[in-house]
Amino acid sequence: MADDLLAGGLPRAFRTPGNSSFSEFLTAHAPEMLPGRRLAGSDQRVIDLPHGTTIVATAFPDGVVMAGDRRATAGSYIAQRDIEKVFPADEYSCVGIAGTAGLAVELVRLFQVELEHYEKLEGIPLSLDGKANRLSTMVRGNLPLAMQGLAAVPLFAGYDPESHVGRIFSYDVIGGRYEEHEYHSVGSGSLFARGSLKKLYRPDLSELDAVTACVQALYDAADDDSATGGPDLARRIFPVVAVVTAAGFRRLAEDELIPLVETVVAGRMADPGGPRAPLH
Amino acid sequence: MPFGYVSPEQSMKDRADYARKGIARGGSVIVLSFDEGVLLVAENRSRALHKISEIYDRIAFAAVGKYNEFENLRVAGIRIADLRGYGYDRRDVTGRSLANAYAQALGSIFTTEPKPYEVELIVAEVGRISDDDQIYRLSYDGSVADERGFAVMGGAAERITEHVEAAYRPALPLSGALRVAVQALAVDASGAAQLQTEQLEVAVLDRTRQRARKFGRVSPARIGDLLTTTAPAAEAAAESEPAVSSDEQGVDALAPLAPPPGTSPDVEKP
Repeated sequence: MADDLLAGGLPRAFRTPGNSSFSEFLTAHAPEMLPGRRLAGSDQRVIDLPHGTTIVATAFPDGVVMAGDRRATAGSYIAQRDIEKVFPADEYSCVGIAGTAGLAVELVRLFQVELEHYEKLEGIPLSLDGKANRLSTMVRGNLPLAMQGLAAVPLFAGYDPESHVGRIFSYDVIGGRYEEHEYHSVGSGSLFARGSLKKLYRPDLSELDAVTACVQALYDAADDDSATGGPDLARRIFPVVAVVTAAGFRRLAEDELIPLVETVVAGRMADPGGPRAPLH
Repeated sequence: MPFGYVSPEQSMKDRADYARKGIARGGSVIVLSFDEGVLLVAENRSRALHKISEIYDRIAFAAVGKYNEFENLRVAGIRIADLRGYGYDRRDVTGRSLANAYAQALGSIFTTEPKPYEVELIVAEVGRISDDDQIYRLSYDGSVADERGFAVMGGAAERITEHVEAAYRPALPLSGALRVAVQALAVDASGAAQLQTEQLEVAVLDRTRQRARKFGRVSPARIGDLLTTTAPAAEAAAESEPAVSSDEQGVDALAPLAPPPGTSPDVEKP
């Protein structure tokens, strides 16, 4: 069916009245193009597919920072050293993914088209809550696969133009949506990253401080979780860091990021435990 | 001749007359290639019901005629583009394939449906350089014209075309291109001698823009700035120094959907 739609011309499906959702258009007219649709329903548990690991996000007064390490693992094997797991969702939001990489990357692509499609058809973008809810529906669509062990769990963050703050949303495998305050982390190293952020977070972080806190948290995750990769100075592989503010989505360029990461690593050379929080 | 017989020639002519009459009732649209992109200008009194729209990264859509019919085609175009971009890659979505799809749809509607669509469309694609800009004009019967430089459609298209032809030069700056379009639209009998900025819908496919999506709307405030404050300066610049540095402040300041009022990078420096 998708082949017909992609063949050219203007099949009637395109002119059939419907709503402004791209994923619902796919569901109705080309369901085989939905992420993971062909995998659902098999009894076999699939293991040892590449998994993405740790994503962290921190709000700060002007917006929100999201960062992800670069490792994908398949069992105890490192499947990829430089995978990217943090993406722009649209101009004012970003999404990071943990879990089965193949599914998660497809989920993000569909989510990006979904937001752009709505914006073009309606002439205005969805509200931040609308985007978060839409992602929830898409994660829920993946539930049969999650039950087979193929879970993909996003972390969503964006700048809310109505309240002028950065907001963070986490999800569970059944599409449950939870708004997080201050900071959050998902993925295999998230326990360590969250503990780290708890001690580093302040409500008045500058953008640079918020980025540093995220890089420190990822370092702590990589320190204690074998599936999370730390900064690889030998191969020049660094975390992906995104900042979303009133000015929109911005991915930190290497020349901004590298000095900062090198400072963090140099600090760890002197004190492997990283910055110490005061006892009182 | 049996009672009620209508020759195919007569039937096609009747349909074409019917479609043309419907199209002639509304305002016109002009699309022109300028130095930093493609400019789309429509006479449109409505702020909410657009005649110009974004289709994809480098592709825009403009229409005249019956709103519900071209809206249906606009939605279809966005669906085709997003599906192709999702199924293949963003680079594989082209204005040419979209124009083909529209041509086939309009052609088959014209001959098989009870009534033809009373619409004309333009599909514009901005290239990396001005020579690569593509402007396709599609008629109610599915015929396609691949236009160079500019295209006009609507009831008064012929008279407006004459005006644009006289004033248009390739690689005009944005303000110059906009003035050509607005002055030409004003000759339409349905409009007043001078169109107000509120009667205009203006958008740009800006090739200088960093992000993948090149489409941006131009707010009435900025239209006013481009038309009035900069008119003499832009004209002087365009005439004295050919093409090279013309209007380099250009459309950079166009925000994604609605630029903040009051920002007018084209204002002459004191």
